[in-house]
Amino acid sequence: MATNYLPKADLTSSGRPVFLPNEIECSILSSVDLECDDIPNFPLLKSGLLILTTHRLLWLPDNNSSTSTSSAAVALPLSFVTHIFSTKKSVKTLFHSPRVRFQASLDSSKSVVMTVVMRGKGDTDAFLAKFWENWRARAWENDVQTQTQGAVGSSSVSGSGPGSGSGGFYTREGAVRMVGVSGILRKEQEMWESTDKSLQEAFQDLNALMLRLGQLLGCSRSVSVYFLSAPQSKAKEMVILAEKMRQKLLSGSNSKSSATNDDEVGSKEEMQDWLLSVGIVSPVTKESAGALYHQQLSRQLADYVRIPLERAGGMINLIDVYCLFNRARGTELISPDDLLRACSLWEKFDVPVMLRKFDSGVMVIQNKSHSDEEVFARIKALVTNPDTLRTGISASDAAMTLGIAPGMAKEHLLTAESKGLVCRDISPDGFRFYINLFPEINTDDVYLSACAMCLGSKKPLHLHLGVPHTFTNSEKNHELEGERLWDL
Amino acid sequence: MQKLGDFKLPHFFNYPPYFTLQPVRDTREKQVQLWKDLILDYCRTQKIFVIGLEEDFALFSNPVIERSLSHEAREAFLSALVSEGRAEWLDKGHRKCLILWHRVQDWADIIFRFVKDNGLEDSVMTVEEIRSGIESRGTELHGIDRTILMRALRVLEQKGKLAIFKGTSADDEGVKFSM
Repeated sequence: MATNYLPKADLTSSGRPVFLPNEIECSILSSVDLECDDIPNFPLLKSGLLILTTHRLLWLPDNNSSTSTSSAAVALPLSFVTHIFSTKKSVKTLFHSPRVRFQASLDSSKSVVMTVVMRGKGDTDAFLAKFWENWRARAWENDVQTQTQGAVGSSSVSGSGPGSGSGGFYTREGAVRMVGVSGILRKEQEMWESTDKSLQEAFQDLNALMLRLGQLLGCSRSVSVYFLSAPQSKAKEMVILAEKMRQKLLSGSNSKSSATNDDEVGSKEEMQDWLLSVGIVSPVTKESAGALYHQQLSRQLADYVRIPLERAGGMINLIDVYCLFNRARGTELISPDDLLRACSLWEKFDVPVMLRKFDSGVMVIQNKSHSDEEVFARIKALVTNPDTLRTGISASDAAMTLGIAPGMAKEHLLTAESKGLVCRDISPDGFRFYINLFPEINTDDVYLSACAMCLGSKKPLHLHLGVPHTFTNSEKNHELEGERLWDL
Repeated sequence: MQKLGDFKLPHFFNYPPYFTLQPVRDTREKQVQLWKDLILDYCRTQKIFVIGLEEDFALFSNPVIERSLSHEAREAFLSALVSEGRAEWLDKGHRKCLILWHRVQDWADIIFRFVKDNGLEDSVMTVEEIRSGIESRGTELHGIDRTILMRALRVLEQKGKLAIFKGTSADDEGVKFSM
């Protein structure tokens, strides 16, 4: 019942808040208490993480500390805030932790005064400024407008043109400066529209030119019909071509409304869906997270990487993740070093993914539940295939069959080798892997079979891997099979 | 089955990884063991006493599968034989290796039996006669490497079974048995 006063905030499995559409993080502070003296049994929100977004004020329990995490994450929509008090500088404020007070109406009837107490390090003034800025900007109202108008790229965001950003999260006109992939898409939409407009104007000019040409043609027909017929047909062709192009561009830009079943339109839509599906609307940035940057980045990465990991079969190269993650962030790119630090921090959090370093130095991200056994089973099936028994496999063969990157496949093969599953063959043909038959070769029997006067039973290359179905228990067949495989 | 002259090669001779030095310990131990056995076996049947690492050696390449041992692998397998006392490097650069498919002590025993069998207990022979004489024809001593033979004779000499002396011709030595 303690959290009845404030709405509960949803968290992802790695402990990052779930954001609303178009919601962007602006500031993160650690070791923050949220107090409210006006409500007698207000929940104890002590020493948590305070996240200011364009839409809400979120308070998250600090699950790094050893103290119990009894209190749940809460969210206060900025629309509830009715007034923000300015801080009074006095002797008193020098001696206790900096605090920010504001008035909020939790239910419509009465307003309460709430206090944010900052016990950790952090720029109080900067926070207050951002808090003020976000509250005044009323980003949530823009969302409502957008929804009612029902169109992407409507007038509410028209101010977010290039060059209008001044460093904050808002443009001078007050609209939200879009970051991430959705921002890029919006800009692209605007560009489409302006291109379309200028193209139409251009065609009007062309039509006028055609008219002139027609007049000219009429005047000069008597002089020479032959000479002018060629340019006329050329010009006509050009106009037809241009008209076609324009149609295509138009159908591309309103792909959602027009029912043209063009292949290109379909693929563009697909591409757009795909881009949006991997996009991160509110990327963690140094600006917003400050000292908590790597920690928050680490959590966001853990959430993000789940889907690409699933597609890649449980393991993904760090370089691939770097590319995917940065593409999803769109504009706020991170450095490889930041990525590595974010991954290394996973050890400290309870996240379902982990960083793994192969002996060769190649680093990958894999699910904690991922087991090499499954990969080994597939490699084993691959190398015991009747065809590959004889020829072996290269890393790229394995990559194709396993559906993973060749570099990755080689790491798997080398690990399988160290486990004794396969062994290598280095020749002018390249680096190949064969099923490891060495343990199968019986030294005593080889001696016998190698001697000219071999007697009795011999069991060369006892291939009990069970793949070639012609193998029987009869020793004679064993021998024949051995010869079939390794003798030519 | 593939053959090298009258020598029957084992099945795994056509297994390509057999010709690549394996890096994994367990696999490598088995591979080294198989190579040691094959080298000794082949040398015994073909009466080969010295393997030159830089020369062509039939066993070290398989034209059928187009594989051959690298220099490193050759040295590794022969070194394994050396460490077991079944081979000796003839030079510091490890370019020539003496293969002892019988240990020196075993060779000494063979000479001892040969002398007994032929009733040569108190006679005199030259070293060259032991290697290529009528008496040794058909025995393992026929065509024995001179280095090995001298080593085996010295073992017997130390036990007082024979005496080695300089012969009349400069390039040969004589042996006086006294068994």
